[in-house]
Amino acid sequence: MLTPAQDPAPGLTVLVAGGASDSHTWNLVYLELYLTEAGHRVVNAGPCVTGDLLVTACRRHRPDLVVVSSVNGHGHRDGLAVITALRAHPQLAAVPAVIGGKLGVAGPLDPDAVARLRAAGYTEVYQDGDATALLALLDRLAARPARIEEHVP
Amino acid sequence: MTGSFGSFVAGAARAGRLVVQPRMGFSDPYRMRHGLERTKFAAACTVGTLTLDSYTRLGDHAAVRDALAAGVPLNGYPLVDLPVERTRALLHGIADDTFPVQVRHGSSRPEHIVRAAAAVGLDATEGGPVSYCLPYGRTPLRESVARWARGCELLAELAPPPRRPHLETFGGCLLGQLCPPGLLVAISLLEALFFVQHGIRSVSLSYAQQTDSAQDERAVRALRRLAGEFLPADVDWHTVVYTYMGVFPGTPRGARLLLEDSARLAVRAGAERLIVKTVAEAQRIPTVEENVRALERAAVAALLSDGATGPADPDSDVYAEARTFIEVTLGHSADVGRALLTAFRRGHLDVPFCLHPDNAGRSRSTVDAAGRLRWVATGAMPVRPDAPPDRLMSSAALLRALRAVADRFDHRPLETTR
Repeated sequence: MLTPAQDPAPGLTVLVAGGASDSHTWNLVYLELYLTEAGHRVVNAGPCVTGDLLVTACRRHRPDLVVVSSVNGHGHRDGLAVITALRAHPQLAAVPAVIGGKLGVAGPLDPDAVARLRAAGYTEVYQDGDATALLALLDRLAARPARIEEHVP
Repeated sequence: MTGSFGSFVAGAARAGRLVVQPRMGFSDPYRMRHGLERTKFAAACTVGTLTLDSYTRLGDHAAVRDALAAGVPLNGYPLVDLPVERTRALLHGIADDTFPVQVRHGSSRPEHIVRAAAAVGLDATEGGPVSYCLPYGRTPLRESVARWARGCELLAELAPPPRRPHLETFGGCLLGQLCPPGLLVAISLLEALFFVQHGIRSVSLSYAQQTDSAQDERAVRALRRLAGEFLPADVDWHTVVYTYMGVFPGTPRGARLLLEDSARLAVRAGAERLIVKTVAEAQRIPTVEENVRALERAAVAALLSDGATGPADPDSDVYAEARTFIEVTLGHSADVGRALLTAFRRGHLDVPFCLHPDNAGRSRSTVDAAGRLRWVATGAMPVRPDAPPDRLMSSAALLRALRAVADRFDHRPLETTR
């Protein structure tokens, strides 16, 4: 993370992670600043996050939302692997998760690939990073009355 | 067997020629050979490059072999997993005294790459314990330091005298953009000292073009002066400029102007070598032809530029700041690797916007109104901020800063382009 832990903000806890084979970090730095400015607490898991790492980080930080950001063109493959690992864990089967960035090597993914990502467990798939839509989703999640229940072991 | 990389560059410098070099790597050996041939015979003083693929960088050899078996193209040349004879054939008649070839990779665990390079007769590569660790991936810095020490020793062992294996620091590039030059220069110098401490006697020190040409010139001159001051007298060294490594101009014209600026920077500041970028940089991996055009364009810009002027390598803000970082770091231990570990642990070195767990993450930088890189926050580092804290980056300001150079060159008016 860029910044030391601060007092709990009124917003949600968002865990931001790069794709397993993706060493880019400016996208993760941007998301951390962007979501923090919107009043959310950000746990930045950094680049090259594998399924195991993501599961460990989620169990530790209990995020309200997981954001996987990938820009190296392997986001589709890497993204499927981490969401599968997340959903396989009983405590994390329902934590909302989204993926965004440049997910394919040749422009936007085809609808089938997007459908596969959703079927594997992503709530939303943001092609080329629609950060505004991400905030709208966080607002909807914050409005849910029982949002913390699913994390109770 | 290839000639010594360092002596080739020194010879070119004596002849007044800037050495230009592409970043180039293809998994198809025919295309790789073609790329090397075209580089060698370009209308420029060139050295060759084998850039390796990102699976090899991460040490995921199963993924490389799967891709090779399935005929899936990789984003670089998979040196480690191809038969030695294949690569020897690829280099035959190309890599020689007039055309040394360097292996570029990006690995924090370089030993397998050094072995594979040595096995095919190549003894020039690049990287560093900090610069190939902190900005990428998750290897602990301690492990990267240990593995790079071993990598240097292996390279020295596997290419014994009279050969002179060569290592280039990648420390002048950290994250590509937004790192103030004092820290880039310091890390580049410290990595060169680290290489020397582990048996390498021919090194180059890198610096990546940043946002302001005058600040960049001071940085390269500071790097040259510090290399003269800190490297042992019997070590062969030169400096290498990288054309801008951040977000690249999207228009061909903007990309060409930025490339030409970097060539003039190299000549003006006395650097001996330049690694180019192409007009395709903002869109995709460049073709061989785009690389050759970039090499030739940079060579012409260098030939037509005015050359170094003024006192050799004067005192400057960048020199003073870099020297402070270096002295504080070396004060921690006579062993450069250990000194680097302590400096990062205590936050005496702290790369801005770097997310690696072994980086303190308390420093922040910005681009000021005049286009220069400045420190907004320096955490525990031994230097003071030189920009007001109200310039602490918002997400919108970060995007603007990341795009500042690309936007400036894409929109530069014609009359100032020379």
